[in-house]
Amino acid sequence: MLRVRDHQDRAAFAALFRHFAPRVKGFLMKSGAGAALAEECAQDVMATLWQKAHLFDPARASVATWVFTIARNKRIDALRKDRRAEPEELDWGPEPEPDQAEAMEAQEETERLGLALAALPEKQRALIERAFYGDLSHSEIAAETGLPLGTIKSRIRLALDKLRQQMT
Amino acid sequence: MPEAFNLIVATHVSMCDECRARLASFDAVGGALIEDIEEIALGETALEAALARIEGLPQATQRAPLKPAGIFPAPLADYVGGDLSSVRWRKIAGGVKQAILPTGRDATARLLYIPAGVAVPDHGHKGMELTLVLQGAFADENDRFGRGDVEIADEEVEHTPVALAGEDCICLAVTDAPLRFRGIVPRLAQPLFRI
Repeated sequence: MLRVRDHQDRAAFAALFRHFAPRVKGFLMKSGAGAALAEECAQDVMATLWQKAHLFDPARASVATWVFTIARNKRIDALRKDRRAEPEELDWGPEPEPDQAEAMEAQEETERLGLALAALPEKQRALIERAFYGDLSHSEIAAETGLPLGTIKSRIRLALDKLRQQMT
Repeated sequence: MPEAFNLIVATHVSMCDECRARLASFDAVGGALIEDIEEIALGETALEAALARIEGLPQATQRAPLKPAGIFPAPLADYVGGDLSSVRWRKIAGGVKQAILPTGRDATARLLYIPAGVAVPDHGHKGMELTLVLQGAFADENDRFGRGDVEIADEEVEHTPVALAGEDCICLAVTDAPLRFRGIVPRLAQPLFRI
């Protein structure tokens, strides 16, 4: 990703594309998009990754997290026609040299989170996935799964707490 | 989520480091999920198409972040079209003014101007009302809210918010259903002001 950002390296972009594009397409299809729309949207996500590479900060987020953020925004944009306000970008000041240790940490954090997610009880993991893939609110999940809202909220909270414990 | 709620969330996150950090941690969970997700192959020519596409795309090299304007964080400044002086206020009553912001119709976002010490008429809610303080502070029967705080009121809350003395209070308020005023006069005025 850094070679894409700092050197406009097309070979590096191709490697990122091979790794992430099929995952983004999978994510979008799990979110309910048809194959054609998911493919087009995955192309959009990867083009945005190229175009906005200057915003990538390895100390703040792993590449996977960055890709997820772009994919989430694209999906929401595809679903709605009205404007969508974004929080202010923080001004992090000039950072000529990204801190290697911090960048490693962001990367490892994503890996640890993946392991922690895999270790969650099936029911809790399923709800977390629904909340992320569908970008559903708690009440929308309730409508879809038929579970009472209170149960859903407490399972998601429990699951996020467990994840947090695994991370510390 | 209706556009108006999106606006108040983005504005609050811009003012609240804790929520910003929480949002980043949710994105990190999303990153872990996407790393682990079932892959679905793209068409055979997808990579070529992507490479051809970026060929014509200049990489943006400079950040052009939205700027906050006075008391308005960037997302709100964008909707207002500037700072406080750009707001076109309409008087409601007792010095209270409002300005409705242009959002989708499924929920309404309005700026409220409440002079220091003045109360907003006693009201309940049919749906959800979120109120974010931008300047000054207000208190109701339940709590006190200062800059950056959000009050969440729903069907169960009936309250009379009062702007605290010292500074006029300016809030961003978002509702997904009309408010229920107890008094007859505010009820009559309601359709006129779309509140």
